[in-house]
Amino acid sequence: MADTSVFKDEHVWEGEGTSRIPFWAYTDEAIYKKELDRLFYQGHWSYVGLEAEVPNNGDFKRTVIGERSVVMNRDFDGVINVVENVCAHRGMQFCRERHGNKKELVCPYHQWNYSLKGDLQGVPFRRGVKQDGKVNGGMPKEFKTEDHGLTKLKVATRGGVVFASFDHDVEAFEDYIGPEILSYFDRLFNGRKLSILGYNRQRIPGNWKLMQENIKDPYHPGLLHTWFVTYGLWRADNKSELKMDQHFRHAAMISTRGTAGAKAEVTQGITSFKENMEIQDKRLIDIVPEAWWDGPTAVMLTIFPSVIFQQQVNSVSTRHIQPNGHGSFDFVWTHFGFEDDTPEMTQRRLIQANLFGPAGFVSADDGEVIELSQNGFEQKPSHRAVAELGGYECENTDHMVTETLIRGMYNYWRKVMGI
Amino acid sequence: MMTDSQTYMDIVKLNGEYAAAVDAAAWEIWVDFFVEDCEYKIQPRENFERGFPLSTLALLSKNMLKDRIYGIHETLYHDPYYQRHVVGMPVVREVNGDFILAEANYAVFRTKLNGDSTVFNVGRYLDRLTREDGVLKFVSRICIYDSEMIPNSLIYPI
Repeated sequence: MADTSVFKDEHVWEGEGTSRIPFWAYTDEAIYKKELDRLFYQGHWSYVGLEAEVPNNGDFKRTVIGERSVVMNRDFDGVINVVENVCAHRGMQFCRERHGNKKELVCPYHQWNYSLKGDLQGVPFRRGVKQDGKVNGGMPKEFKTEDHGLTKLKVATRGGVVFASFDHDVEAFEDYIGPEILSYFDRLFNGRKLSILGYNRQRIPGNWKLMQENIKDPYHPGLLHTWFVTYGLWRADNKSELKMDQHFRHAAMISTRGTAGAKAEVTQGITSFKENMEIQDKRLIDIVPEAWWDGPTAVMLTIFPSVIFQQQVNSVSTRHIQPNGHGSFDFVWTHFGFEDDTPEMTQRRLIQANLFGPAGFVSADDGEVIELSQNGFEQKPSHRAVAELGGYECENTDHMVTETLIRGMYNYWRKVMGI
Repeated sequence: MMTDSQTYMDIVKLNGEYAAAVDAAAWEIWVDFFVEDCEYKIQPRENFERGFPLSTLALLSKNMLKDRIYGIHETLYHDPYYQRHVVGMPVVREVNGDFILAEANYAVFRTKLNGDSTVFNVGRYLDRLTREDGVLKFVSRICIYDSEMIPNSLIYPI
């Protein structure tokens, strides 16, 4: 008799390849903890921020890798450091401000103080306290401050972007990204100084992988995001390419906005397409090509596991994935511009930001479908999703009509997770 | 600064009617609380206080407000929800002829079908008001919200 139970004790990936993704990959707490260990804390680089967020010596920003709170700072040598926000003494998460400027890091509990690089500088009462001619207490004489620094992370900076890893044996950042994806990274972060436009923060009740998958999925934008379709910002017949690194973990969705009218074959039969939709305030789609684009009007980079880099016409942002439990993650958007932007370009980027973020014309609905997908998974974890558009393989393509990037990500995920 | 009681009551009335309209999802009425050349923004307190210009939503004309309404009706897929506003008494910062600068605290509760009523967004309105044919309207309404994490998405104006 076939086993029809919805909740199974053993998780076995059924079938060949990665075109059928089990729902338990999104619902199992033990798998999630393993992901934190293997994907966020070992062998991978995670996004922590932009150098422009800590422009001055002593500036710091508190952020997170996986679920581990870390502090990125610029020390008095001008060097970027990332240290874990856990005091070496009693484990207190000592840094509560989210940003600021400090000369040193001090845990308020017992005043253990650390340099911005994370070295313990001193502890109160180390030599004890003199009372009535004798010395009481103090640390044992073999106590060495150098044994009790903060956990220091390996740091990589490139083009003004800061990545860090708890794993000091992780491969070089450039090797981690791989040459092809790196070329798109460098296209966006080409050395110009960045200027921060601001943040958006949302908590999405879905598994963190769903956000990576959402931006590896060119099937949905022309269907879910009616807004995109009508203005030709996204169409299934846009000139486009999908590229991955050699491990299939990172990807680039590269597309060039078509010049053809919206009324064409690819919009026939799409019920979400609104033929008569006319924008009232044209500034929402006042797109001005920039020299650095070098062709594509949109390049969406998914850097596994922690971040998405967005260029959608004139709107550029980083989107930081901060998981908290198997069924929820915080999604933090940092919109930015470039130092040579004219005031008009800055204003244009700000207006186009209406398309993105938790209220965005073409992003709010991504959060919604992720939440509702998670609901579906929780309902029957023994079932599976189908990702078979374009076949079963993991391959680069010169079109958008495929789910190859999702299959690619799970190909990598299965290897690293041993599932 | 003295505010005459009629002006104060007019602001209270406007805030009350505004809340009633957005809670009833009467978006066409919502648009008419604004002058043509208006601004409506929803901005995290963090950005506001740090001087970052980014808003979660930044609509810079009555036409852009209409574009948002069109999006809500026609293009923005979302899980339906009710919202309920509780708006505090206004603080009037400046009255200069027909021009008024005012603030008010607000709390918005969200209720999804089959769901609990939860705190959705909490903050304060920063308002610039003027009279148009004697009727008080918004030149700008900036919603500066404390709420650190938007619970997934924000579809409707607040």
